Amino acid sequence: MTSVPLDKVSPLGKMRLSHTTVFWIGFCAVMALLIAAPLVLPEFWRRFLTEILIWGLLAMSSDLLIGYTGMISFGHSAFFGLGMYGAAGALIAFGPPNLWLAMLFGLAGAAGAALFVAFFSTRLRDIYFAITTLIFSQIFYVIIFTWTPVTGGENGLIFSRPHLWIPLLYDARFTSTTMHWFVLAVVTGSYLVLRRVTQSPFGMVLQSIRENEARTRAIGYAVERYKMVSVMLSGLFAGLAGVLYAIQNQFAAPDFVYFLTSGDTVIFNVMGGIGTLVGPIVGAGFFQLMRDLLSRMLGDQFPYLIPLGVIFIVMIIFLPQGILGFARRWLNK
Amino acid sequence: MDAVSHFIHALPLDLLIIQTVNGIVAGMILALVASGLTLIFGIMDVVNFAHGELFMLGAYIGVIIVAATGSFWLALIGAALIVALIGAALQIATLRPLIGRDPLNTILATFGVSLVLQNLVLWWFGPTARRIPEPLGASFTLFYLQYPWYRILIAALSAVIIGSFWLFLKYGKFGIWIRATAQDRVMAQAMGIPVPLVYTGVFAIGAAMAAASGVLFAPLVGVSHTMGLDWVLKAFIVVVVGGMGNLGGSIAAAIFISLLESYATIWVDPSQAVIVSFVVLILTLLFRPTGLFVATPK
Amino acid sequence: MSALDFRAPAENSTIAQIDSKTADSAEPLIRVEDIHTYYGKSHILHGVSLTVAPGEVVGLLGRNGVGKSTTLKSIMGLVRPSHGTVMLNGNAVTGLPPHKLARMGIAYVPEDRRIFRLLTVMENLRTGFDRQGVTEDKRQALLDKVFKFFPVLAERRNQAGGTLSGGEQQMLAIARAMMLEPKIILLDEPTEGLMPRMVSQIHTIIDTLHAEGTAILLVEQNVPLTLAASQRIYIMEKGSVRHHCASRDIDANHPIVKQYMGV
Repeated sequence: MTSVPLDKVSPLGKMRLSHTTVFWIGFCAVMALLIAAPLVLPEFWRRFLTEILIWGLLAMSSDLLIGYTGMISFGHSAFFGLGMYGAAGALIAFGPPNLWLAMLFGLAGAAGAALFVAFFSTRLRDIYFAITTLIFSQIFYVIIFTWTPVTGGENGLIFSRPHLWIPLLYDARFTSTTMHWFVLAVVTGSYLVLRRVTQSPFGMVLQSIRENEARTRAIGYAVERYKMVSVMLSGLFAGLAGVLYAIQNQFAAPDFVYFLTSGDTVIFNVMGGIGTLVGPIVGAGFFQLMRDLLSRMLGDQFPYLIPLGVIFIVMIIFLPQGILGFARRWLNK
Repeated sequence: MDAVSHFIHALPLDLLIIQTVNGIVAGMILALVASGLTLIFGIMDVVNFAHGELFMLGAYIGVIIVAATGSFWLALIGAALIVALIGAALQIATLRPLIGRDPLNTILATFGVSLVLQNLVLWWFGPTARRIPEPLGASFTLFYLQYPWYRILIAALSAVIIGSFWLFLKYGKFGIWIRATAQDRVMAQAMGIPVPLVYTGVFAIGAAMAAASGVLFAPLVGVSHTMGLDWVLKAFIVVVVGGMGNLGGSIAAAIFISLLESYATIWVDPSQAVIVSFVVLILTLLFRPTGLFVATPK
Repeated sequence: MSALDFRAPAENSTIAQIDSKTADSAEPLIRVEDIHTYYGKSHILHGVSLTVAPGEVVGLLGRNGVGKSTTLKSIMGLVRPSHGTVMLNGNAVTGLPPHKLARMGIAYVPEDRRIFRLLTVMENLRTGFDRQGVTEDKRQALLDKVFKFFPVLAERRNQAGGTLSGGEQQMLAIARAMMLEPKIILLDEPTEGLMPRMVSQIHTIIDTLHAEGTAILLVEQNVPLTLAASQRIYIMEKGSVRHHCASRDIDANHPIVKQYMGV
């Protein structure tokens, strides 16, 4: 008779927390931190954190396409920019400036762009798709840049911030703290929605498309339709980020529509970890922090994109799962 | 009948001819840039986002060489060689490790390289634009303009470079290696062709072509760190319209689009004339997604 | 050493006794020792071992899917064995990139021919003789030899490879391999899909190559051809070698052949 190892005999065995429990615990902890943050941080860092959240939302929307559907898109600058300009339009054209109207117009603008992109691009193979989304970004850029009477052309638009208006409950100007909470609420809500989507049957089909598009089609799914919905959803949330940015900073500029913004977004995604939704937010945070650090250490003029670009390339080669993937592996050891 | 002849008389014929010449000149340079891009994609399945930056790097190195030696021709050859080496180094460092992985990784990697190169150049040279003086001062009279011979020269040079490359591809030993590798990478290796070397060589050639275009184009516009961005976009449009991996198609598309844009500037502002290329792209995607100049749509 | 050899795999220590032509002490040209190869998670080769002596024609028989092609690919470096070694003239070459092996003297003619369809016949051949150390005279000599073997290729020398018939493409694939002046040619099912007339032509080619001293590792499902053209055979099943003997010791109707090749 061979002896049986002790832990197999012990009735308790090993206690394992379920995945979801761990998630919600982590979620609540992070939320608590983020809610408390503006109360303890100085003004600069408060705004910094808020901006990270906004870029994080943009990166998250991009992750839906890149990480879950497997389509690399450089078009997010268009969605973001049109969300920004849409909100700007509402805030300038309709007085007094109304928060929800701004959101509506911003989302409509982004949806329009998304529809355009979705229609043309979803029939194309990955590489063609990436290039054409980039070109579409530039189309929007040129239109915005040259249509000065409407868009302010090169100089963009400046406008005033609307009140934080929750009907029947609250109506006051934004403080940096309430702004942060508002953005946090929107971003968190978006995250939960996107999470729900990616874990739904729809999300599963998207991932199947990412893994093997031909096979998914062969099974009988209308791949184009799924891709289009994915682009629309992605565009909507990117536009939402644009609206938040407009409200936070009170200006809209064509630079944001230039494809390089999409490039930044993709960098956040890769650095944070694609296909994780949270990863891109981490990536955005990491990028902004590093940029801030580098300019503090080496001066404002230092081209922070050089070391960050190199880190980006190195991560693609050696750390394709991003920071989050690395952390995950490290934690699982 | 009257209306038609009226319309023809109203056409600015001299302007049209001038713009045709301009269009062909710009088209040839664009063709040279796009050839390198389509070559790299056709052989290696790599979308080289950094291509515009290699173009820009070529121009800057040209500036340095001209400043040091005063010779435009030395600049042309020197920039092409140096950027070829840089391109080879980049390919070995960043693209070789990615062979066999999802091709989308190479888009990201080359995008990263383009960012780094752009900012390196900005840091090194500063934001002020540089110039390369024209190698030929003479000009001829084209209607009411003094049209510089130099412009005709660059178009001719581009054609010569593309032509010699085509010959090399068709008849040279390395050319056959490249074509064999493009068709069947595995069997090419089984025949003793050192495929990793072929890939590096192809990338270097593409880079050299981009650099040469940069030097050729530099006297026409200022040399700045953002010049790559505009061209990479146009080059991509050309490559998609011409049919990716199709050398002849890229050349035809380059000239076609440049001509259309040139004509457009008769009536609209140049910064809006770029919309022409966008429209051509959209139409191509809608009706002939494999490429406008591809013989049989698949 | 009876032909009814139900040896367990990898016990091939009696090879040297089988063919008296091969010197016992000479290192074989190719020695494959206990290789395991995977395609992803599929374990295809479960410890394959075999040898080929210089100038020898060795047959590798077995039904579809037993791992014959994979064995050739493992030797050629097209897939990397996870375990075991491949030796060329006593030097370990396991996992070396295929282009190095081609230059070291191993030529590969794959199952689907895989000629370069868009290159002309001449250009296809060039990929083989465009290498270091081939003088203009040598080049001409190689071409003459190959055109003598395959006159139809001479006729079609400027035609694109893709326009040739199946049989002609097979000839081109072999001719292309010959351009490498290899020590051994790995031939994967050369007669598949060919008319009987062509099959005997392939047989003649194999005999001629053997007479010239080129070794051949021949993977085939055509048993009579293999037995006639080779000196030794191995029979594989389910990823390992199950039987090994001299070709003259068995014939196509032998029970062992029926066992491993029959339906």
